[in-house]
Order: sequence, then structure tokens, then C-alpha cells
Amino acid sequence: MRTVRLFSRFVWGSGELVLRGNRLYWGWMFFLLALIAWGLLAFVGQVRGGLVVTAMRDQVSWGFYIGNFTFLVGVAAAAVVLVIPAYVYDWKPIRQLVVYGELLAVSAIIMCLLFVLVDIGRPDRFWHLLPPLGHLNFPQSILAWDVLVLNIYFLLNLTVVTHILYRAFTGRPYVKKLVVPLVLLSIPMAVGIHTVTAFLYNGLAARPYWNSSILAPQFLASAFCSGPAILLFVLQLLRKFTRFEIADEAIWKIAELMAYAMFLNLFLHGAEAFKEYYSGTQHLLYTRYWYQGIGGHTTLVPYAWSALTLNVLAFALFIVPSLRRHPVILNIGCFATYAGCYIEKGMGLIIPGLTPDALGEIYEYAPTLTELRVAAGIFAFGFLVFTLMLKVAVPISLGEFQIDRTGGGEALERAESA
Amino acid sequence: MSCGMDGDLDLRAGLTRRGLLTGAAGAAATFILTACGPKRLYEAPKEQLKKAVADLEKEYKERTGVDVSVADTPPIPGVVFAYALDISRCVGCRRCVYACVDENNQSRDPQIHWIKVLSMNKEDGVDLTHSDPYYQPATVPEEGRFYMPVACQQCRNAPCTKVCPTGATWTEKDGIVVVDYDWCIGCRYCMAACPYGARHFNWAEPEIPKAEINPKTHVLGNRPRRAGVVEKCTFCIQRVRNGRYPACVEVCPTGSRKFGNLLDPESEIRYIIEHKRVLVLKEELNTMPKFFYFYGT
Repeated sequence: MRTVRLFSRFVWGSGELVLRGNRLYWGWMFFLLALIAWGLLAFVGQVRGGLVVTAMRDQVSWGFYIGNFTFLVGVAAAAVVLVIPAYVYDWKPIRQLVVYGELLAVSAIIMCLLFVLVDIGRPDRFWHLLPPLGHLNFPQSILAWDVLVLNIYFLLNLTVVTHILYRAFTGRPYVKKLVVPLVLLSIPMAVGIHTVTAFLYNGLAARPYWNSSILAPQFLASAFCSGPAILLFVLQLLRKFTRFEIADEAIWKIAELMAYAMFLNLFLHGAEAFKEYYSGTQHLLYTRYWYQGIGGHTTLVPYAWSALTLNVLAFALFIVPSLRRHPVILNIGCFATYAGCYIEKGMGLIIPGLTPDALGEIYEYAPTLTELRVAAGIFAFGFLVFTLMLKVAVPISLGEFQIDRTGGGEALERAESA
Repeated sequence: MSCGMDGDLDLRAGLTRRGLLTGAAGAAATFILTACGPKRLYEAPKEQLKKAVADLEKEYKERTGVDVSVADTPPIPGVVFAYALDISRCVGCRRCVYACVDENNQSRDPQIHWIKVLSMNKEDGVDLTHSDPYYQPATVPEEGRFYMPVACQQCRNAPCTKVCPTGATWTEKDGIVVVDYDWCIGCRYCMAACPYGARHFNWAEPEIPKAEINPKTHVLGNRPRRAGVVEKCTFCIQRVRNGRYPACVEVCPTGSRKFGNLLDPESEIRYIIEHKRVLVLKEELNTMPKFFYFYGT
């Protein structure tokens, strides 16, 4: 009973916290809410008119939505980059940041699930996937695997962060016996969600561009770049706007890890490009469509080269210690990493995989305004969730939002900062 | 059935009462959905199938004003259907395409075609990358071109049914790959998996003029579809299970299209496979199609 009362106080207090903030906070919230409304309206139009309002057609039957989904599965694994050194090597400066990585993972998975929901033709039938009401084609369908691992990963991260934050709120250390095994489990799980998502495409012999065994490792490599890139932005913002102290050392370490991941990413892309171009079989078409275009069909070419340029730039900036330690260059590097990986996954994975289509036809896909609006709405929703969670997590970490240890009193200190 | 009640809960607390109510409501909703909700046609017992079919007929009458009959004819024992197409005879007239549209209630707007006829260069042979599905000459056949109609290859090792997350598509005992339009969630994973572009999605609510609706339908075949689900060729399941030829076979003016029972050694299809030069599309993918292309002359 005492736990219930404490926990409801935790929830209630959190509610109060997120309703308090300065002008900047509310401006940010209204901006996100406006974007969500704008996206929601587009989605209503899509539900009414059918997916015909997107640019997807039978030839290119997946597009921007599934590209975003794939990218965000990558972001969701960001936590793991922090978790590995923090727990396995007991590297202290990163350890305090793990919670934020996991919060980011939780938000990213929510966005992933939303991107799948807006992509399916009958979102009202999503329960067909859920046994016992529905039927999950497990283990045949890799999509069934993906549904499982994404949800498990989501619950895992949610449990760990809720536990750590709640215990900190009640002024007690977290239960090691619970947290450490779960955190250690989240490492293979993060690799797992990535691998399974890669296998989703990888297993389709009909699409030679995806049917390459390098796909899963390449997914992991690019994920370990893009996820931490977002996190580095977030950590710097936290440092600026709250009393939260984050050691430069921790940030530099993450940037260094990103450089290695980016090297792997570029290397694997290079290996794939070599194999395609040197052997020069008919399968080269898809890679050619991405980098060079086929005939007059060159919609994706600017995306391909900007992604590659940004990724190379990011690698160059982060591999040199003095550059990644420079506050401005650090952010340029993060931006380049994020943008490069986003273009590479958002446009460069799904669309060339389906162009030319199974019978050789070239249909040039480019997202419609509806798709862009719906995507913006989902990103805004994800950022909203992330912001709200940070609004609670930061004061707890700082010890500003904590209940009286006896649990009975009203001594509820609140964060005064934004 | 579990209704979400927890023995530890304190009944005096308001929060718990609410929890109990929510649990009970959830359990009731679960029960109703399980009992009355649609189930996959794949596993539906006979009586349920009969009821589903009757409900569909009523729904179609209300929606279209046409008396659409929905059959649930089962596979014929000892029959596995197969198809053969004579590439050397096909002249690319596309009559099969439109006969198929009429027979199978494909949407006229937006247009859905289950058969796609590819025009290819005789010098290149069968080469999908340089094929043209949009050829529009005044007359066919064109000099130097040959034609390859492609629809569902009814694979024995079908990638599309394997990937479906909800089990909404499967191979029937007579070898026909079918879709349960009421169970498909429209994720289009099957379309990504199909190496033949044989699966088509209803990107918008399908439209067919009332006068053009074919009222003789099968529950796993040509019955009218709604927006947001996938559909495909079923070898005209509503015809072939009643001993008729598919519409495309009947309409073909050159006799390029052959159809029959793969298990019957005396069938025309078996004769073709055993005596002609036969090929299947994308053999290297090991999909094992039951749709064979051959050179009759």
C-alpha cells in the first residue's frame, strides 16, 4: 500500500513538473503540439482517401514511412553504445548518462511503432497481429520477430529507467540485482532489434539490393553513429539549460566511439559498392540507381552523394582528437552524422531496393507533402515524449525532485529551473 | 478467462475499484471480440465459413445493390492446378488483361491489373530489365518484339505467404495462393517479397461501375475488395474449382494459354512440361512456380 501511495505521488509529482516551465519550454511544447496537429490532419486525410495520397504505388510499395522506421530502430539502439562502456568497463563518466540513452530509446521505439501504424493499409486491424485475438505468423515472418523484439526492447528500457528514476525519487539506490541483468540484457537486445530489422529486408531474395549479407552489420554500424549523434545534442542542451553537469570527457568519448562506428559504416558501404561495381551483374542496377541514376531517372542521386559527403565529413571530424574536442566542430560533426545516416536510411535503403521493381520497371518515388507532414508529426510526438521524460528525469538526477525519505511528509521539493 | 483481477488489490481504495472496473470492461471486450470478431478464413470451421459468406452477400447487396453470390467451394481432391504460356504464340493483344479485370472485379479507378504484359526485344531474349509494360503501337505484334504476360506464378515455395505477419495469405490444397481480404492489415511485406510483381494493393477505395460487377464470386477470389488490402491472381478460383478454365485462358485468341491438373498424367499441362522447352521466371530464386513458359513452335 505504501508503494502504491509513493508511486502515485511520483506520477502526480511528475505531472506537476511537466506543467511547470519557462517561456522557452512552453514555446517548444507548442511548436511540437502544432507539428503534431499538422501531421494528424494529414493522417486523417490519408485514412479517408487511402494510401493513394502518398507517392507509394505497386512498384515502390514502401517508401518514406518505412525508411524512417528503419532509421529510428537504429536510434533506439543508441543506449547500447553508452551501456557497454558504462557497465562492462565500469567507465564512470558515461554511467550517469545511461538513463538518457534509454529514454531516447523509449521515445525512438514509440516513433518506430507509429511509423509502422501509419504505413499499413488498415491501421484499425493492427490487433490481427496480437494473439490470442489475432494471429502472429511466428516464426516464419520476420515482421513477426520484429514486432516481438521491438516490444520487448521497449518494455525493457521502460522498466529500467522507471525503476532507476523512481528509486532515486524515493531517495534509495536502485536494486542492483534487477537493473544490472536487465541492462546487460539490453545490450544483445539492441543488437537484436537491429539485426532483425535488417533481416526484414535481407531475407527477400526478390530484392537483390537488400539480399546481401552485409546489410545487418552495416545497419548496426550506421545505428551506432546516428543514435549517439542525437544524444550528444541532447546532453549539450541539458548542460546548458540545467544544473546538470556532464563531463567533457564523456562527450568526447562518445564522439570517439562514433568515429569508429562511422569508419565501419563507410567501410561496409565501400565493400558493397566494390562487389556490385566490379562484378557488374544485373544486380548492379539498384546501386547504380542510388549513386548514378538510370538513364534520366536521377531523383535519388543528390541524396546519395550528400549522404556520402556528410558521412565522410563526420568521420574526418571525429577521428582527429583535437577536432572533436572543439565545441563548434563537435556539433558540426554530430549534425553531419545525423543527416548523413538519416538520408542513407530514409531514402537510400528502401527506395533503391524497390527501384527498378521486380519486373524491371522504373517508377521514381519521392514523398508527397502528406508523407512529409505525417512524418513531421510523428517526430514531433517522439520529441514531445522525450522532452516530458527529460523534464522529470533531470530534476530526479539532480536530487531536486525527491520525496521525503520517510515517505509520509509533504516535503516535495521541485525543480525551479526550466 | 482471466479478467485482470489481482488478489492483492485492496477493494476499499477508489483507485482499485476503478482498476477492477477497467479490468472487467477489458475482459468483456476481449470476450466479445474473440467470440464475434472476424477470424482468419484459413482456420474457420464450416459453419462459421457459411455464416461469413452469408454476411458478405448481405454486405455486398447493401453496398452495391447487386446480388453478389459468394461461394466457398473447397479444393477438389487430387487436383493441383498449373499454367503454361506459349511465348512463341502470344501476340501481346492484352485481351487477357481486360478479361481478368472484368472477371475478377478489379478496381477500374484506380486501375488494378493482375496480368502485366511485357514487351521484349527478340534479340535480347527474356530480359526483364529492358522490358516495356506500357507498349502502345497501333497494331500488335510489333516487328522484332515478343510478349511475356506475367501474373502470380503460384509458387510452391512462395516467399509472399512466408513473410505475411498475420497469416492472411496461404497456399490452398490445390496449389492456389489466396489472400483473406478481411484479415490482411495492408503492411505490403508480401509485395516486397514477391519477385514477380504479382501482388497489388488497393491504394484507394476500389471503384467498379455497378453494371460491370461480376456477381459470381468466391470468398478467396474475386469478391469485391476494400481499400488498404492486397489482392492477386487466383487462377480464377471461382471458375477452376467448378471445372471451368480461367478467364484469360478462355479469351486468348491465339491459344497461348494452357491450364490443367498437374497431378493428371494425361493432362495437356503435363504433356507440355514433358515435351516442350519450358522455363520458369527467376528460376534461381527457387520459388518453384506452377506457371510455366514454353516455346510451342
